[in-house]
This record gives sequence, structure tokens and C-alpha cells, in this order.
Amino acid sequence: MGVGDILGMAATHAIASGMGGMRTAGDLVARMQMSRGMRIKEAKEYVASKLNVSLIELSDPLVMSERREDLKLGLINPPPDSVKGIEAKFHIAELLGIEINSLRRFKEKIGA
Amino acid sequence: MKTIRTRMGDGSLVEITESNLRREFEEGTQDAAERGKIPALTQDELDHLFDIYSSPSRPVGVEMGNEVIFTYDSTCGEVQRTLTPIDRTQSLQLFERMLGADTVELGHNDYSFKAVKPVISYERNVLEQALLITTVPVLYGAMPNLGLYYRPEGPVQNPSELMATGKIKEAREAHEEAIEYAVKDMVYVASELYESGVDAIDFDTTGSAGDPDFLAALRAVEILKEKYPDLCVEMGMSGEFVLGMHGELTYKDIRLAGLYPHQQVQLAEKAGVAIFGPVVNTNTSKTCAWNVARVVTFLKFCVEQSNIPVHANMGMGVGGLPVTPFVPIDAVSRASQAVVEITRLDGL
Repeated sequence: MGVGDILGMAATHAIASGMGGMRTAGDLVARMQMSRGMRIKEAKEYVASKLNVSLIELSDPLVMSERREDLKLGLINPPPDSVKGIEAKFHIAELLGIEINSLRRFKEKIGA
Repeated sequence: MKTIRTRMGDGSLVEITESNLRREFEEGTQDAAERGKIPALTQDELDHLFDIYSSPSRPVGVEMGNEVIFTYDSTCGEVQRTLTPIDRTQSLQLFERMLGADTVELGHNDYSFKAVKPVISYERNVLEQALLITTVPVLYGAMPNLGLYYRPEGPVQNPSELMATGKIKEAREAHEEAIEYAVKDMVYVASELYESGVDAIDFDTTGSAGDPDFLAALRAVEILKEKYPDLCVEMGMSGEFVLGMHGELTYKDIRLAGLYPHQQVQLAEKAGVAIFGPVVNTNTSKTCAWNVARVVTFLKFCVEQSNIPVHANMGMGVGGLPVTPFVPIDAVSRASQAVVEITRLDGL
């Protein structure tokens, strides 16, 4: 993105053209671009197939919040006893079949 | 005659006729096509731009299903500039949990690799803590910023002063010396951050000091990818073409000075970059319509030439957005929709 006040830049882009991060599946699609170099179409199709949702549902906060809760992928407003922070990344790595650098380090630190 | 309200590149409001709006798009795409020696937009694409920019609505947006993902150049800096007294880690959470961010980016106030090097231990600790409490990918961003290696800030003789006295050969040697220092710093800092678990390194504002700056970043990425093959590197540029401060530098036998986004991305890919961030600058004396047609023309061809994801720089003063710190919502949302729907890029 780029420099600018938060409402004018980050919030406006998010409403105009953004997937929505953890409200939907934006962070998961981002991980496929970052770890496998997938272009947006391929990354969306890959994540949609793993979540068993349609491409439209991938950016739908209602569908995705349910899927995220069921699959323990983390929510922006997590209920008690749900996964949070790095805990969700374990389930994300397993679902998407990818390595996550911070998880590798975490496992080393706890001797797992 | 019906008029349409739009903005100039400095953000000021103007009203122009429908026929003038169409002419702005045509002239903008022609300017990019001539400068970059690339194809101009088709009539269908120009018509789509007209539909977006003639909408009377304040915000506009992409069709459902056309959404893309975002990477940022320091989600901390945007919060710090407001003087809201919250920690950088909290800034990352704010973006993750309140602003729908697909990724977040940690960065130092100075935002340069050279400045980060002496405080890398502190940066690693902040990063490690952030990685425990966030779920979205966390990038660390900094600039190659070769200017910091020249005197009086740095150890290398200042090429601008040498050039002023006609010492062209010595000026070029100074650039080459600065490259060596910068590569070492970038590799060192990025390696430390990788060991702390970072998801990606963002080489932001690459090329700000011209072709030596771009070459230093490419070489650093190459070394890092050999050292850590799974490290994700994003490279965001500083301008639409590479300034020839040295003029004779090459990478993989390609001269760097004067390269446009569709040529820059090919070298970035060869170096091992995973996500490329092209820049197209805003001309403040032209309308946003003229600017965005130019942006879309450059970016569309860049996306077509790329084999890696492309995330366009869409911030103040670039990407068809006005040069003002308080960018109007109508201008941002129109540029956002236009760039995403016409270029089919992978993110912003």
C-alpha cells in the first residue's frame, strides 16, 4: 500500500478493494503468495479448496468467521477458550500445507 | 453540459466536462505508452476508467470477488505519526484486528537498514513478541537508503560533491563502495530478523538513491535467498524509473539506469524477490484521471511481464493518488478500484 492517514489510506483501500484480513481469508491468501509465490487467482483458488468454500465466500465475513472458528484459524474478536495469536498459526500451517518461520522457531524454543 | 467533479494531483477539487474527462484518460495512457514503450490501454479499459471516475458516489469499490490482499510499508509509522501513545506491537494488532489487514509490517522510526543495524537486538525482541500475539503474516520493512552511506552521514566520499568538481570516475567509485557497505548491512539485519521468525522482509523505497541503491538491494536479496531459500522478500520501489546516479551499473548484464516497472520486475524476480511493488509517480499539475490512466498503463504491462505477485504502491503521491498527507476518500477508492480491476494485479 503506501503512506497516508489511516482512515484516508488503509481503511479506504480496505473498503474499496481489500479481502479483509482475518475478517475473511485475506491472511490465508497472503500466506500462499508469500510461501509459494502464487498469483492472486491461484492463491484464492487454493485457499478456497482447502476451506471448502466458493471464491465469493472467501471474502464474506459471515461464512469465513464460521469456517475460521470451526477450523481454529483465529478470529478478530475471539471468544474465551478459542485459539489466539500464534496458536492459530499452527492450524493455518497444517490446513494450507506450508511452513511458517515463527512456528519453526517456537517449536525449537519449547523443545517440541 | 454535464460536469464531473474530480481532483488534481495536488488534491484540489476541479470540475471538468465528460469529454474532457475522456481526454484526460487518453492523454494519460499515451504518456505512459510513449515513455515506457509499452501498449496503451484499450478502448474498453478507457471506458471502464470513465465509469469509475464519473460515478457521483464519494467512495467506490471493486465488484465482489475482485478483492486483493494488502502489504504495507510500516503499519507502525502510520500510527506513530498521529502521536497516539501506543506501542508498535499494539499498532500491528490494531491493523490486524480493526483495519482488516491481511499482513502487518514492523519497522523502525528511521526505516533504513543502516539505522536498524545498531539496534537490531531491540528490534528482534519486539518482532519476537509480535509474532507470538498476532496471527497474520508479519513483515519487517526498511529502506536500502544508500544516501546514508555518503559523507557527512556515512563513511564514503559524497558522489554529488565529486561530480560537482568533475571527478566522475571517483564519484562512480564512491557509489560502488557504498553498495558494498549497504549489502553487508541489509544481509546482516535481514538474517537476524529471519532467525527471530519474521515472515518476510520488505525492501521498501528501493532505488531512492538511484541505480546503486537498486543494485545493492538486488545483490542483498540474492545472498539472502541463497542463505535462506524459504525467506520471502518483497521489494517496493521508490519511483517509476531507476535514476542513473552512477549510470553504468548492470545486474545480469542489464543496465539499471532508466528501467521502468515492467523491466524492474524481471530483475527483481531473477534476484529471488517473491513480491514486487512497482511505483508510478503522481504529476501534481495534472488531474487524478490523467494520472491514474498512466498508472494503470504501466502497471498492467508490469503485471503481464511478471511471474511473481505484484503489489502496487498505492500511497500518497503515487499510484494516481494526490500528493497530500490527507488523501480524500473519493480519490483513493477510485484509484484502488481502477488499478485492481484493470491491471489484475495481486495486491496493493
